[in-house]
Amino acid sequence: MPTRPLSPHLSVYRMSRYTLATSIANRFTGVALSAGLLLLVYWLMAVAGGAGSYARAAHVLALPLAKLVYAALVVAFCYHLVAGLRHLVWDTGHGLERTQSQRSAWLVVAVSIILMLVIAWRAWLTGTHAP
Amino acid sequence: MSLRSPLGRVLGAGAAHDGVRHWWLQRLTSIALVPLTVWFMVSLLALPSLGYATLVAWMSQSWTALLLILLVLTSAWHSQLGVRVVVEDYVHGAGARTLTLVLIGFAHVLLAAAGVFAVLKVAFGGAP
Repeated sequence: MPTRPLSPHLSVYRMSRYTLATSIANRFTGVALSAGLLLLVYWLMAVAGGAGSYARAAHVLALPLAKLVYAALVVAFCYHLVAGLRHLVWDTGHGLERTQSQRSAWLVVAVSIILMLVIAWRAWLTGTHAP
Repeated sequence: MSLRSPLGRVLGAGAAHDGVRHWWLQRLTSIALVPLTVWFMVSLLALPSLGYATLVAWMSQSWTALLLILLVLTSAWHSQLGVRVVVEDYVHGAGARTLTLVLIGFAHVLLAAAGVFAVLKVAFGGAP
């Protein structure tokens, strides 16, 4: 390992800053969604395996712990989607001024929370209608 | 005239000039994932139940199968690009880093292939 400082120099940033918080949250939720991809493929493979295999998987997927995982994935999905759109806007060179990025940070949090609530509400409705 | 030191040139240290491609693919896949993931979420929530028969009927529709395949492939690609950067940032030591990157690459190809296989099997009526 070289002795010079290597990126990312986490220790040089003030951890309480919204810029750092929104950035690290985007990365964290991205990694969580990669784990979600594992779950998606497991679910698809379970369906492909036939009724018996799906029934076994459905048993696992209905565990209380699994519900916690879905909740976490919905949070991660909503945040990563909205924060990703913010990054795409930045990539066009817009919204990089401090006041603008401060405002968009709050906008990302607000919009993703609204999205989470809408999904939770819809999922709850489906849950109550499920046989 | 190159400003690199002779030692640096011999060691091959420095930019691999592959960054633009990585950056661009990360953006392209993210743009594609916006409609794909929103479609997936909306369709999933619109299903009357998550029972086996409902899911098979849903996945047997051509558009569903096609979009699911695109979703799996694009997510796996986007995920690989993203996790790769995280590993490059936080896994130190060339050996451990290379090994982790290889394993993550294999895992993503396996996930993509399994996802596509599962969707095609159900779509073509292969699920018993």
